Amino acid sequence: MIDRDEVLHVARLARLRLSEQEIEPMAAELSSVLDNIAKIEELNLDGVPPTSHVVEVTGRLRADEPHEPLPREVALAQAPAVSDDGFLVPSPQA
Amino acid sequence: MDVGRGSGRDDVVEYEPVIGLEIHVQLSTRTKMFCGCELSFGEPPNTRTCPVCLGLPGALPVANAKAIHFGLMIGMALESELAPRSIFHRKNYFYPDLPKGYQISQYDEPLCRGGRLADVRVHRVHLEEDAAKLVHVGESGRIHASDASIVDFNRGGTPLAEIVTEPDVRSAEQAGEWLRLLRVTLGRLGVSDVNMEEGSLRCDANISVRPAGSDEMGTKTELKNMNSFRFIERGIKAEVIRQEKLLARGEKVVQETLHFDPSSGRITTLRSKEEAHDYRYFPEPDLVPIAVSEEMLDTARASMPELPLARAERFEHDPSYMLDTEVAKTLAFRTDLGDFLELRRPESPDEARVRANLIINELAPRVGTDVPLADSMVTPDAVVTISGALMRKEISIGGARQAFDILVEEGGDADAIIEREGLMSAEGGDELAAVVEAAIAANEDAAQKIKAGNPKAIGPIVGYVMRETQGRADGGEVTRLVHEQLGV
Ligand SMILES: [Zn+2]
Repeated sequence: MIDRDEVLHVARLARLRLSEQEIEPMAAELSSVLDNIAKIEELNLDGVPPTSHVVEVTGRLRADEPHEPLPREVALAQAPAVSDDGFLVPSPQA
Repeated sequence: MDVGRGSGRDDVVEYEPVIGLEIHVQLSTRTKMFCGCELSFGEPPNTRTCPVCLGLPGALPVANAKAIHFGLMIGMALESELAPRSIFHRKNYFYPDLPKGYQISQYDEPLCRGGRLADVRVHRVHLEEDAAKLVHVGESGRIHASDASIVDFNRGGTPLAEIVTEPDVRSAEQAGEWLRLLRVTLGRLGVSDVNMEEGSLRCDANISVRPAGSDEMGTKTELKNMNSFRFIERGIKAEVIRQEKLLARGEKVVQETLHFDPSSGRITTLRSKEEAHDYRYFPEPDLVPIAVSEEMLDTARASMPELPLARAERFEHDPSYMLDTEVAKTLAFRTDLGDFLELRRPESPDEARVRANLIINELAPRVGTDVPLADSMVTPDAVVTISGALMRKEISIGGARQAFDILVEEGGDADAIIEREGLMSAEGGDELAAVVEAAIAANEDAAQKIKAGNPKAIGPIVGYVMRETQGRADGGEVTRLVHEQLGV
């Protein structure tokens, strides 16, 4: 069972602001997700490695060769705030 | 200060530091870890970006084969176990230098596990991407808003290898010495430019103290992002003292991330993204696992040079070298010096020693570090000639120095220069003895002081001899003759 504090903790990590009314329903929803996952524990999984990738493809690597970068004005075009040569963000120290 | 030592009380405890190191190395690939953007060396901000390294929706990363190759070489150099299969994870946190909201790193299935370099065991080596660079507006001075920063994504996505050691380091000095060894090793591998000032090599230290000889592990703190060997040593020293004082007062060390300010010597708590150690790692679904093939291992093996540590041992123990430990290390840790010595096989260990000393003490300082010795005006044969002449006592060390002065400027044949400049030690024993006699006669005061037991007074006498012989007399021989003639 996920409690209120855990919901608030996860929300903080995800930078989500939950209203007071949303917290309890969220706790119930997240708990039901965990319950579903917990069903896996009913199986005997001794010796079964965890599945990190659903398709077992390996070794797709890229040669160390440069491509054409984006023109800066294109890179900056959709940013909500820019300076003349960069992305403008709130200072993390503020 | 030493806390817990020398106070004369019986109940004082001696502490020993327990230190582990984490080193981030920027790899010298041409392009970034997961996209084809070229690495940046001072280009204008945000001119080396693409949808992948900007974290635009739908962009797919693909791992750089060269970065994996370099990772394997590092693992081989550190005698690690190389994982036949490893995977990338997402390390989740929000910070403006991280456009995706996570860093692609490795977690419980890293590329390399275990290993050792000299006296320190390696815990693991994994690959990841570097964050972008944040320029605080105050620094740029262009925008007058104190609460804004500018993000430059040129560095974002640069391949990094993170090397984590076991907590085997017991002092700040050992940390510094080991990191120097790691730096020359990585430099020799050619996997990084290992330039600390420019951030290609960055070090964190995990530090705790415990009663000396005990097996317990104290609470550790993490000292972040030190980018010079001197700061690392000073930072660790300051933190060890801080912890020892706390424990000696009966207080507790709090687990936290710290910053050492080299200008004030103060240690402060770092309030930042690292505060929340809740990264919610999970396997990166956009990247397939790395499978290391036999072919990749063969290629990495074939790229391995002789490493500095092995070379130092060879210089020390190979019967044709037999150099002193420090000399062997100096030559092995500066590849161009070792290479220069090895361009001509020594005739005997004595010749190797004389030539090694000439390279380290006379040639290298004159050439400087901007060019490798092999690219200087001085040929290996010239050094062989001078060392031979020195060993046959045909020239003095003073004469050898004059020859090097000229060789470094003009190059040329050493024999011809010795001949042309008249650098031969004209003074056979008797002739030099006569000059020394004259020098003593001309410096009665100094002679009296030496006789009275002040050996430092010899200066004017040696100076006189050097003037008379134009610097060609051997200093040691002059001193011996002065002492002989004065009967001291
Ligand atoms: Zn890119």
